[in-house]
Amino acid sequence: MTEQKTPLLQTSSQTVGPFFHYGLIFGEEHILVNEHTLGQRIIITGTVFDGDGEPIPDALVEIWQADVNGYFDHPEDPNHDKADKHFKYFGRSDTVKNGVYSFKTVKPAVATCNNDTQEAPYVCVRVFSRGMLIHAVTRMYFPNEKNNETDVLLNSIDANRKQTLIARLVENNDLPTYHFDIHLQGAEETVFLDL
Amino acid sequence: MADDNNSKLISTLDRSVHPPHLYPAYTSTVKRAPANALMPVAQKISDLTGPTYGEGTIGELDSDLTKNSVVNGEPVGERIIVVGRVLEESGRPVPNALIEIWQANSTGRYIHNRDQHDAPLDPNFRGAGRCLTNSKGEYRFVTIKPGAYPWRNHENAWRPAHIHLSVFGRNFNSRLVTQMYFPGDPLMALDPIYLGLPEKARPLLISSYAHDITEPEWALGYRFDIVLSGSRQTPFE
Repeated sequence: MTEQKTPLLQTSSQTVGPFFHYGLIFGEEHILVNEHTLGQRIIITGTVFDGDGEPIPDALVEIWQADVNGYFDHPEDPNHDKADKHFKYFGRSDTVKNGVYSFKTVKPAVATCNNDTQEAPYVCVRVFSRGMLIHAVTRMYFPNEKNNETDVLLNSIDANRKQTLIARLVENNDLPTYHFDIHLQGAEETVFLDL
Repeated sequence: MADDNNSKLISTLDRSVHPPHLYPAYTSTVKRAPANALMPVAQKISDLTGPTYGEGTIGELDSDLTKNSVVNGEPVGERIIVVGRVLEESGRPVPNALIEIWQANSTGRYIHNRDQHDAPLDPNFRGAGRCLTNSKGEYRFVTIKPGAYPWRNHENAWRPAHIHLSVFGRNFNSRLVTQMYFPGDPLMALDPIYLGLPEKARPLLISSYAHDITEPEWALGYRFDIVLSGSRQTPFE
């Protein structure tokens, strides 16, 4: 196998454009659970906004997260044999309805293999859209988590912007609903990560 | 763990080859580009893992767009074969990478209900497909060469012919959405989406004509290799 002496140049990102739906969305991608999945079901929903505060109806939101016990079904996770085989870990939602995306999932636990007692649970979020030559990456944290006070990432953010990464619990019944708006720009601009 | 985390504050994206968020000539970026600097962040297991795909992901006709939505005949246009490899920056192939593609038909019309371009739809061409790379990181699609189409970014604006690609590599950080262009297309020099790329990165998004892939009496071949981020080693690993 040929190993390059100097790294190959990465293939550049280009916009997902306005017409991705029929290539990427087939109907069930936003549902990460089935009847056998472990853990309390939750809804994660929110609106993607532009710099004028207008909803973006042609964005694509993708999430990636641990299961309810903090495992990933992937060989890089040393505990992946314990991962829930009935959970999808990855989800994808369009924002056709007034900029709103939505996922049905479970609340992740802190990844067990990080062995980090200070870390707070989170969901990885990636946003694509017409008008974005490259995606934006962020993390959604949960409200009222004691480790939100100690998490290294959260605590490296200015207090006034930290809230952009923490969802709001808007309904706490049989199906808790977390609201997480994503502002690409503007006074409430979400903190985006260099990933 | 905090010190260790700080040692891993390294982005796997080579920003010198990727476009910026803000590129005013592409007018839709103006209100959709984050204004604040991206925040450096420690890689976690959530970044080193990602969706995995294997047998059962792909149907038999998924990678042949000339066959996967036939209603009453063959799609119209120039039949082409697109092949390539998905690689890490080291040159190591990425097997089982999921590639999803979508594109306009030969007249430059997307089947999408929001595409109002006054050009005919093709009842036998949907323009979407998917495939997995094999153990050598290789993929192959059969499709119809897409046409150029107008958009309203500026006066008399036309997108060069292109195929949209979405790629999943070894982990969520290697996620890539891009577009493949065709050699010799004069519209690239006028296209703010293509020109939004740093100059050194532009040639890599242009497929090359591949005579070894061209099949006599049947279809022209094009080659397009894809190099993903996400495999860069951190200093302490």
